[in-house]
Amino acid sequence: MSNANDRLAARAAREIRPGMVVNLGIGLPTRVVNHLPGDFPVCLHAENGLTGIGPTLPPDRADRNLIDAGGAYVSTIPGSAFFDSATSFAMVRSGRLDLTMLGAFEVAANGDLANWKIPGKFSPGVGGGIELAQKARRVVVLTTHTDRAGNPKLTECCTLPLTARGCVRRIFTDLAVIDVKPDGFHLIETAQGVSVAEIKEATGAPLIVSETPLPSF
Amino acid sequence: MRLTDKQCSIEDAIARIQDGATVMLGGFGVPGTPFALIRALVRHGARDLTVIKNDANEPDMGVDHLLRSGQVARLITTHLGLNGHAIDLMNKGRIKVEFNAQGILAERIRAGGAGIGGFLSDIGIGTELAEGKRMIEFGGKTHVIEPALRADVALLHAARADSFGNLAYAATARNFNPLMAMAADCVIVEAEAVLSLGALDANDIHTPGVFVDHVTELAALSEEYAVVQR
Repeated sequence: MSNANDRLAARAAREIRPGMVVNLGIGLPTRVVNHLPGDFPVCLHAENGLTGIGPTLPPDRADRNLIDAGGAYVSTIPGSAFFDSATSFAMVRSGRLDLTMLGAFEVAANGDLANWKIPGKFSPGVGGGIELAQKARRVVVLTTHTDRAGNPKLTECCTLPLTARGCVRRIFTDLAVIDVKPDGFHLIETAQGVSVAEIKEATGAPLIVSETPLPSF
Repeated sequence: MRLTDKQCSIEDAIARIQDGATVMLGGFGVPGTPFALIRALVRHGARDLTVIKNDANEPDMGVDHLLRSGQVARLITTHLGLNGHAIDLMNKGRIKVEFNAQGILAERIRAGGAGIGGFLSDIGIGTELAEGKRMIEFGGKTHVIEPALRADVALLHAARADSFGNLAYAATARNFNPLMAMAADCVIVEAEAVLSLGALDANDIHTPGVFVDHVTELAALSEEYAVVQR
Protein backbone atom coordinates (compact mmCIF):
# COMPACT_ATOMS: atom_id res chain seq x y z
CA MET A 1 0.00 0.00 0.00
CA SER A 2 2.76 2.37 0.97
CA ASN A 3 4.48 1.67 -2.36
CA ALA A 4 1.25 2.44 -4.18
CA ASN A 5 0.94 5.71 -2.28
CA ASP A 6 4.51 6.63 -3.16
CA ARG A 7 3.78 5.93 -6.81
CA LEU A 8 0.68 8.11 -6.70
CA ALA A 9 2.68 10.90 -5.03
CA ALA A 10 5.35 10.58 -7.72
CA ARG A 11 2.69 10.73 -10.43
CA ALA A 12 1.01 13.74 -8.78
CA ALA A 13 4.37 15.53 -8.64
CA ARG A 14 4.29 15.67 -12.44
CA GLU A 15 1.21 17.89 -12.09
CA ILE A 16 3.46 20.67 -10.76
CA ARG A 17 4.82 22.87 -13.55
CA PRO A 18 7.89 25.08 -13.26
CA GLY A 19 7.11 28.48 -11.77
CA MET A 20 3.90 27.49 -10.01
CA VAL A 21 2.82 28.64 -6.54
CA VAL A 22 1.51 25.50 -4.85
CA ASN A 23 -0.12 24.57 -1.55
CA LEU A 24 0.17 20.94 -0.46
CA GLY A 25 -2.47 19.82 2.04
CA ILE A 26 -1.87 17.59 5.04
CA GLY A 27 -1.47 13.85 4.47
CA LEU A 28 -0.66 12.30 1.10
CA PRO A 29 -0.10 15.68 -0.63
CA THR A 30 2.87 16.51 1.60
CA ARG A 31 4.64 13.41 0.21
CA VAL A 32 4.64 14.93 -3.26
CA VAL A 33 7.52 17.19 -2.35
CA ASN A 34 9.78 14.13 -2.01
CA HIS A 35 9.32 13.51 -5.73
CA LEU A 36 10.35 16.95 -6.98
CA PRO A 37 13.95 17.41 -8.15
CA GLY A 38 15.96 19.44 -5.63
CA ASP A 39 16.42 22.36 -8.02
CA PHE A 40 12.85 22.36 -9.38
CA PRO A 41 11.57 25.96 -9.70
CA VAL A 42 8.40 26.04 -7.56
CA CYS A 43 7.13 28.19 -4.68
CA LEU A 44 5.42 26.14 -1.98
CA HIS A 45 2.95 28.05 0.22
CA ALA A 46 2.09 27.20 3.83
CA GLU A 47 -1.06 28.92 5.03
CA ASN A 48 0.41 29.64 8.46
CA GLY A 49 2.61 32.27 6.82
CA LEU A 50 5.44 30.98 4.66
CA THR A 51 6.26 30.96 0.96
CA GLY A 52 9.34 29.06 -0.15
CA ILE A 53 9.06 25.97 2.06
CA GLY A 54 12.35 24.13 2.36
CA PRO A 55 12.99 20.52 3.38
CA THR A 56 11.52 19.05 6.56
CA LEU A 57 14.01 18.91 9.43
CA PRO A 58 14.49 16.32 12.20
CA PRO A 59 13.76 17.55 15.76
CA ASP A 60 17.43 18.08 16.64
CA ARG A 61 17.90 20.48 13.73
CA ALA A 62 14.42 22.09 13.82
CA ASP A 63 13.69 25.78 14.44
CA ARG A 64 10.94 25.94 17.09
CA ASN A 65 9.39 28.93 15.26
CA LEU A 66 9.36 27.39 11.80
CA ILE A 67 6.56 24.97 10.93
CA ASP A 68 4.25 24.32 8.01
CA ALA A 69 0.47 24.34 8.36
CA GLY A 70 0.47 20.67 9.34
CA GLY A 71 2.87 21.32 12.21
CA ALA A 72 5.89 19.70 10.55
CA TYR A 73 9.24 21.40 11.20
CA VAL A 74 10.39 22.77 7.87
CA SER A 75 13.17 25.05 6.69
CA THR A 76 13.53 28.08 4.44
CA ILE A 77 15.24 28.33 1.07
CA PRO A 78 16.85 31.40 -0.51
CA GLY A 79 13.97 33.82 -1.17
CA SER A 80 11.54 32.47 1.44
CA ALA A 81 9.12 34.96 3.03
CA PHE A 82 7.17 35.06 6.31
CA PHE A 83 3.85 36.88 6.66
CA ASP A 84 0.75 37.04 8.84
CA SER A 85 -2.38 34.91 8.41
CA ALA A 86 -4.45 37.65 6.73
CA THR A 87 -1.75 38.15 4.09
CA SER A 88 -1.50 34.39 3.65
CA PHE A 89 -5.19 34.07 2.82
CA ALA A 90 -5.15 37.22 0.71
CA MET A 91 -2.82 35.16 -1.50
CA VAL A 92 -5.27 32.27 -1.49
CA ARG A 93 -8.52 34.17 -2.05
CA SER A 94 -7.13 36.47 -4.73
CA GLY A 95 -6.04 33.53 -6.88
CA ARG A 96 -2.26 33.58 -6.38
CA LEU A 97 -2.14 29.82 -5.87
CA ASP A 98 -1.78 28.03 -9.21
CA LEU A 99 -2.44 24.66 -7.68
CA THR A 100 -3.49 23.02 -4.45
CA MET A 101 -3.33 19.32 -3.68
CA LEU A 102 -5.79 18.19 -1.05
CA GLY A 103 -6.85 14.99 0.66
CA ALA A 104 -10.46 13.81 0.54
CA PHE A 105 -13.10 11.79 2.35
CA GLU A 106 -15.34 11.96 -0.72
CA VAL A 107 -15.13 13.44 -4.20
CA ALA A 108 -18.30 13.55 -6.28
CA ALA A 109 -18.59 13.16 -10.05
CA ASN A 110 -19.50 16.88 -10.26
CA GLY A 111 -16.26 17.88 -8.49
CA ASP A 112 -17.77 18.46 -5.05
CA LEU A 113 -15.23 17.84 -2.29
CA ALA A 114 -15.81 16.71 1.30
CA ASN A 115 -12.65 16.50 3.38
CA TRP A 116 -13.20 18.09 6.78
CA LYS A 117 -15.99 16.54 8.78
CA ILE A 118 -17.51 13.14 9.47
CA PRO A 119 -20.49 14.05 11.67
CA GLY A 120 -20.43 12.33 15.04
CA LYS A 121 -17.01 10.80 14.39
CA PHE A 122 -14.46 13.35 13.33
CA SER A 123 -14.98 17.09 13.36
CA PRO A 124 -11.65 18.85 13.79
CA GLY A 125 -12.69 21.96 11.88
CA VAL A 126 -11.92 23.08 8.38
CA GLY A 127 -8.77 25.15 8.89
CA GLY A 128 -7.77 26.69 5.59
CA GLY A 129 -9.35 23.95 3.49
CA ILE A 130 -12.44 25.79 2.27
CA GLU A 131 -10.47 28.74 0.94
CA LEU A 132 -7.88 26.50 -0.72
CA ALA A 133 -10.55 24.34 -2.35
CA GLN A 134 -12.63 27.30 -3.45
CA LYS A 135 -9.92 29.68 -4.65
CA ALA A 136 -6.81 27.88 -5.89
CA ARG A 137 -6.73 28.06 -9.69
CA ARG A 138 -6.52 24.29 -9.93
CA VAL A 139 -7.59 21.82 -7.27
CA VAL A 140 -6.48 18.22 -7.42
CA VAL A 141 -7.09 15.49 -4.88
CA LEU A 142 -4.70 12.80 -3.68
CA THR A 143 -6.46 9.95 -1.94
CA THR A 144 -6.71 6.24 -1.59
CA HIS A 145 -9.34 5.03 -4.04
CA THR A 146 -11.42 3.47 -1.26
CA ASP A 147 -11.68 4.05 2.50
CA ARG A 148 -10.36 1.62 5.11
CA ALA A 149 -13.59 -0.36 4.96
CA GLY A 150 -13.26 -0.65 1.19
CA ASN A 151 -16.04 1.81 0.35
CA PRO A 152 -15.53 4.05 -2.70
CA LYS A 153 -14.35 7.60 -1.99
CA LEU A 154 -15.26 8.65 -5.54
CA THR A 155 -19.03 8.84 -5.56
CA GLU A 156 -22.10 10.10 -7.43
CA CYS A 157 -22.60 12.79 -4.81
CA CYS A 158 -21.06 13.64 -1.44
CA THR A 159 -22.92 12.50 1.65
CA LEU A 160 -20.58 14.31 4.07
CA PRO A 161 -20.55 18.09 4.72
CA LEU A 162 -18.95 19.81 1.75
CA THR A 163 -15.67 21.68 1.73
CA ALA A 164 -16.44 23.33 -1.62
CA ARG A 165 -18.71 22.71 -4.57
CA GLY A 166 -17.50 21.65 -8.00
CA CYS A 167 -13.85 22.45 -7.23
CA VAL A 168 -11.93 19.25 -8.03
CA ARG A 169 -10.41 18.89 -11.51
CA ARG A 170 -8.26 15.77 -11.18
CA ILE A 171 -7.94 12.89 -8.73
CA PHE A 172 -4.80 10.84 -8.11
CA THR A 173 -5.39 7.55 -6.32
CA ASP A 174 -3.45 4.37 -5.67
CA LEU A 175 -5.37 2.83 -8.58
CA ALA A 176 -5.85 5.55 -11.17
CA VAL A 177 -5.72 9.13 -12.37
CA ILE A 178 -9.21 10.43 -13.02
CA ASP A 179 -10.30 13.76 -14.46
CA VAL A 180 -13.52 15.43 -13.37
CA LYS A 181 -15.33 16.87 -16.38
CA PRO A 182 -18.84 18.25 -16.88
CA ASP A 183 -20.11 14.77 -17.77
CA GLY A 184 -18.41 13.02 -14.83
CA PHE A 185 -15.32 10.96 -14.03
CA HIS A 186 -12.94 10.20 -16.90
CA LEU A 187 -10.29 7.54 -16.40
CA ILE A 188 -7.05 8.83 -17.91
CA GLU A 189 -4.33 6.61 -16.39
CA THR A 190 -4.16 3.34 -14.50
CA ALA A 191 -1.69 2.25 -11.85
CA GLN A 192 0.67 -0.46 -12.99
CA GLY A 193 -0.93 -3.87 -12.72
CA VAL A 194 -4.45 -2.53 -12.09
CA SER A 195 -7.20 -3.31 -14.59
CA VAL A 196 -9.92 -0.96 -15.76
CA ALA A 197 -12.48 -3.41 -14.38
CA GLU A 198 -10.90 -3.21 -10.91
CA ILE A 199 -11.00 0.58 -11.03
CA LYS A 200 -14.65 0.59 -12.12
CA GLU A 201 -15.47 -1.82 -9.30
CA ALA A 202 -13.82 0.47 -6.72
CA THR A 203 -15.48 3.66 -8.02
CA GLY A 204 -18.90 4.68 -6.74
CA ALA A 205 -19.98 6.50 -9.89
CA PRO A 206 -19.90 5.82 -13.63
CA LEU A 207 -16.42 5.99 -15.10
CA ILE A 208 -15.94 7.15 -18.66
CA VAL A 209 -13.12 5.22 -20.36
CA SER A 210 -11.79 6.04 -23.81
CA GLU A 211 -11.28 3.24 -26.33
CA THR A 212 -7.61 4.05 -26.85
CA PRO A 213 -5.16 2.30 -24.52
CA LEU A 214 -4.46 4.24 -21.31
CA PRO A 215 -1.00 5.04 -20.02
CA SER A 216 -0.08 3.61 -16.65
CA PHE A 217 2.02 5.09 -13.82
CA MET B 1 10.29 63.60 23.48
CA ARG B 2 10.33 60.07 24.81
CA LEU B 3 8.03 57.10 24.24
CA THR B 4 6.13 55.65 27.19
CA ASP B 5 7.53 52.63 28.99
CA LYS B 6 4.85 49.91 28.95
CA GLN B 7 6.72 47.17 30.78
CA CYS B 8 4.91 45.49 33.62
CA SER B 9 4.78 42.11 35.35
CA ILE B 10 2.79 39.26 33.85
CA GLU B 11 0.60 39.10 36.96
CA ASP B 12 -0.26 42.82 36.88
CA ALA B 13 -1.16 42.63 33.22
CA ILE B 14 -3.27 39.48 33.50
CA ALA B 15 -5.07 40.81 36.60
CA ARG B 16 -7.03 43.10 34.26
CA ILE B 17 -8.90 40.19 32.71
CA GLN B 18 -12.44 39.83 34.06
CA ASP B 19 -14.92 36.97 34.14
CA GLY B 20 -16.82 36.79 30.85
CA ALA B 21 -14.06 38.49 28.89
CA THR B 22 -13.34 37.79 25.25
CA VAL B 23 -9.66 36.90 24.91
CA MET B 24 -7.67 36.57 21.69
CA LEU B 25 -4.63 34.27 21.83
CA GLY B 26 -1.92 34.50 19.20
CA GLY B 27 -0.22 31.48 17.69
CA PHE B 28 -0.62 28.75 15.10
CA GLY B 29 0.53 25.56 16.75
CA VAL B 30 3.49 26.26 19.03
CA PRO B 31 5.00 29.24 17.16
CA GLY B 32 3.58 32.51 18.45
CA THR B 33 1.49 31.00 21.24
CA PRO B 34 1.85 33.04 24.48
CA PHE B 35 2.35 30.05 26.77
CA ALA B 36 3.48 32.05 29.81
CA LEU B 37 0.54 34.48 29.57
CA ILE B 38 -1.87 31.54 29.21
CA ARG B 39 -0.39 29.91 32.35
CA ALA B 40 -0.83 33.22 34.17
CA LEU B 41 -4.46 33.41 33.05
CA VAL B 42 -5.01 29.91 34.45
CA ARG B 43 -3.51 31.04 37.80
CA HIS B 44 -5.63 34.22 37.69
CA GLY B 45 -8.76 32.12 37.24
CA ALA B 46 -11.06 34.41 35.20
CA ARG B 47 -14.00 32.26 34.07
CA ASP B 48 -16.67 32.11 31.39
CA LEU B 49 -14.17 33.27 28.81
CA THR B 50 -14.69 33.45 25.08
CA VAL B 51 -11.35 32.48 23.56
CA ILE B 52 -10.41 33.30 19.98
CA LYS B 53 -7.48 31.26 18.72
CA ASN B 54 -6.61 29.59 15.42
CA ASP B 55 -6.24 26.15 17.01
CA ALA B 56 -6.36 24.55 20.45
CA ASN B 57 -2.67 23.60 20.59
CA GLU B 58 -2.14 19.99 21.67
CA PRO B 59 -3.20 18.15 24.85
CA ASP B 60 -1.55 19.66 27.96
CA MET B 61 -0.16 22.58 26.01
CA GLY B 62 -1.15 26.22 25.78
CA VAL B 63 -4.87 26.82 25.43
CA ASP B 64 -5.54 23.25 26.57
CA HIS B 65 -4.68 24.34 30.14
CA LEU B 66 -7.52 26.88 29.97
CA LEU B 67 -9.88 24.24 28.63
CA ARG B 68 -8.94 21.80 31.41
CA SER B 69 -9.39 24.42 34.12
CA GLY B 70 -12.95 24.98 32.90
CA GLN B 71 -12.41 28.70 32.25
CA VAL B 72 -13.50 28.63 28.61
CA ALA B 73 -17.20 28.79 27.74
CA ARG B 74 -16.77 29.41 24.04
CA LEU B 75 -13.99 28.90 21.53
CA ILE B 76 -13.87 30.68 18.18
CA THR B 77 -11.35 28.77 16.09
CA THR B 78 -10.54 27.12 12.76
CA HIS B 79 -9.12 23.70 13.57
CA LEU B 80 -8.83 21.41 16.62
CA GLY B 81 -7.23 18.48 14.82
CA LEU B 82 -4.16 18.17 17.05
CA ASN B 83 -6.13 18.33 20.31
CA GLY B 84 -8.44 15.38 20.80
CA HIS B 85 -9.23 16.65 24.30
CA ALA B 86 -10.72 19.85 22.87
CA ILE B 87 -12.77 17.86 20.36
CA ASP B 88 -14.02 15.70 23.23
CA LEU B 89 -15.10 18.75 25.27
CA MET B 90 -16.91 20.08 22.21
CA ASN B 91 -18.65 16.76 21.53
CA LYS B 92 -19.77 16.54 25.18
CA GLY B 93 -21.17 20.08 25.02
CA ARG B 94 -18.79 21.35 27.71
CA ILE B 95 -17.55 24.15 25.44
CA LYS B 96 -19.26 25.85 22.54
CA VAL B 97 -17.11 25.92 19.44
CA GLU B 98 -17.57 28.26 16.50
CA PHE B 99 -15.54 27.17 13.47
CA ASN B 100 -14.40 29.75 10.95
CA ALA B 101 -12.54 29.25 7.71
CA GLN B 102 -8.98 30.16 8.64
CA GLY B 103 -8.54 33.15 6.38
CA ILE B 104 -12.00 34.40 7.30
CA LEU B 105 -11.07 34.32 10.99
CA ALA B 106 -7.86 36.21 10.19
CA GLU B 107 -9.71 38.78 8.11
CA ARG B 108 -12.51 39.24 10.69
CA ILE B 109 -9.81 40.04 13.25
CA ARG B 110 -7.98 42.31 10.80
CA ALA B 111 -11.25 44.15 10.12
CA GLY B 112 -11.88 44.52 13.85
CA GLY B 113 -8.43 46.00 14.23
CA ALA B 114 -8.82 48.27 11.22
CA GLY B 115 -12.00 49.94 12.49
CA ILE B 116 -14.19 48.24 9.89
CA GLY B 117 -17.57 46.74 10.80
CA GLY B 118 -17.19 43.67 8.62
CA PHE B 119 -16.61 42.60 5.05
CA LEU B 120 -18.11 40.63 2.17
CA SER B 121 -16.81 37.26 1.03
CA ASP B 122 -18.00 34.30 -1.02
CA ILE B 123 -16.05 31.79 1.08
CA GLY B 124 -18.10 28.86 2.32
CA ILE B 125 -21.23 29.52 0.24
CA GLY B 126 -22.87 26.17 -0.38
CA THR B 127 -21.33 24.63 2.75
CA GLU B 128 -22.56 24.45 6.33
CA LEU B 129 -20.09 27.18 7.35
CA ALA B 130 -22.26 29.75 5.57
CA GLU B 131 -25.52 28.47 7.06
CA GLY B 132 -27.37 31.05 9.13
CA LYS B 133 -25.13 33.89 7.98
CA ARG B 134 -26.56 37.01 6.36
CA MET B 135 -26.12 37.08 2.60
CA ILE B 136 -26.16 40.05 0.30
CA GLU B 137 -26.16 40.56 -3.47
CA PHE B 138 -23.37 42.94 -4.35
CA GLY B 139 -21.52 43.57 -7.59
CA GLY B 140 -23.58 40.90 -9.30
CA LYS B 141 -22.52 38.17 -6.87
CA THR B 142 -23.82 36.62 -3.68
CA HIS B 143 -21.68 37.36 -0.65
CA VAL B 144 -21.68 36.38 3.01
CA ILE B 145 -21.52 39.29 5.42
CA GLU B 146 -18.64 38.52 7.77
CA PRO B 147 -18.72 40.62 10.94
CA ALA B 148 -15.49 42.06 12.32
CA LEU B 149 -14.13 40.49 15.51
CA ARG B 150 -12.73 42.37 18.48
CA ALA B 151 -11.77 41.24 21.96
CA ASP B 152 -11.44 42.73 25.42
CA VAL B 153 -7.90 41.40 25.68
CA ALA B 154 -5.29 39.97 23.31
CA LEU B 155 -2.43 37.84 24.67
CA LEU B 156 0.46 37.72 22.23
CA HIS B 157 3.98 36.38 21.88
CA ALA B 158 6.78 38.28 20.18
CA ALA B 159 10.42 37.39 19.69
CA ARG B 160 11.57 40.92 20.41
CA ALA B 161 9.93 44.04 21.76
CA ASP B 162 11.04 47.41 22.99
CA SER B 163 9.74 49.16 26.07
CA PHE B 164 7.12 51.07 24.02
CA GLY B 165 5.69 47.77 22.75
CA ASN B 166 7.02 47.82 19.21
CA LEU B 167 7.15 44.15 18.23
CA ALA B 168 9.03 41.79 15.94
CA TYR B 169 8.04 38.16 15.44
CA ALA B 170 10.20 35.20 14.44
CA ALA B 171 9.52 33.10 11.32
CA THR B 172 6.06 31.50 11.31
CA ALA B 173 5.40 32.74 14.87
CA ARG B 174 3.91 35.86 13.26
CA ASN B 175 0.61 34.22 12.10
CA PHE B 176 -2.33 35.80 14.01
CA ASN B 177 -0.24 37.93 16.40
CA PRO B 178 -0.04 41.19 14.40
CA LEU B 179 -3.75 40.98 13.54
CA MET B 180 -4.85 40.40 17.12
CA ALA B 181 -2.52 43.20 18.27
CA MET B 182 -4.84 45.60 16.42
CA ALA B 183 -8.15 44.08 17.48
CA ALA B 184 -8.34 44.18 21.29
CA ASP B 185 -9.05 46.90 23.85
CA CYS B 186 -6.11 45.72 25.93
CA VAL B 187 -3.09 44.13 24.27
CA ILE B 188 -0.66 42.22 26.50
CA VAL B 189 2.58 40.95 24.99
CA GLU B 190 5.17 38.53 26.29
CA ALA B 191 8.49 38.90 24.51
CA GLU B 192 11.61 36.77 24.56
CA ALA B 193 13.61 39.99 24.82
CA VAL B 194 12.47 43.49 25.72
CA LEU B 195 15.03 45.94 24.39
CA SER B 196 15.61 49.56 25.18
CA LEU B 197 14.09 52.17 22.88
CA GLY B 198 15.97 52.37 19.62
CA ALA B 199 17.48 48.91 19.88
CA LEU B 200 14.75 47.53 17.62
CA ASP B 201 15.34 49.09 14.22
CA ALA B 202 12.26 50.98 12.96
CA ASN B 203 12.54 49.07 9.67
CA ASP B 204 12.23 45.73 11.45
CA ILE B 205 9.06 46.39 13.45
CA HIS B 206 6.07 44.20 12.52
CA THR B 207 3.60 45.66 15.04
CA PRO B 208 3.88 49.34 15.97
CA GLY B 209 3.80 49.88 19.73
CA VAL B 210 0.75 52.16 19.46
CA PHE B 211 -1.37 48.99 19.40
CA VAL B 212 0.25 47.52 22.52
CA ASP B 213 -0.71 48.27 26.14
CA HIS B 214 1.57 46.08 28.22
CA VAL B 215 4.80 44.28 27.49
CA THR B 216 6.61 41.81 29.68
CA GLU B 217 9.92 40.04 29.22
CA LEU B 218 10.05 36.27 29.67
CA ALA B 219 12.77 35.33 32.13
CA ALA B 220 13.13 31.93 30.50
CA LEU B 221 11.31 29.85 27.93
CA SER B 222 9.48 26.86 29.38
CA GLU B 223 9.44 23.47 27.67
CA GLU B 224 6.19 24.37 25.95
CA TYR B 225 8.06 26.69 23.60
CA ALA B 226 10.46 23.99 22.51
CA VAL B 227 10.36 21.78 19.43
CA VAL B 228 7.54 19.28 19.93
CA GLN B 229 8.76 15.66 19.97
CA ARG B 230 6.06 13.61 18.28
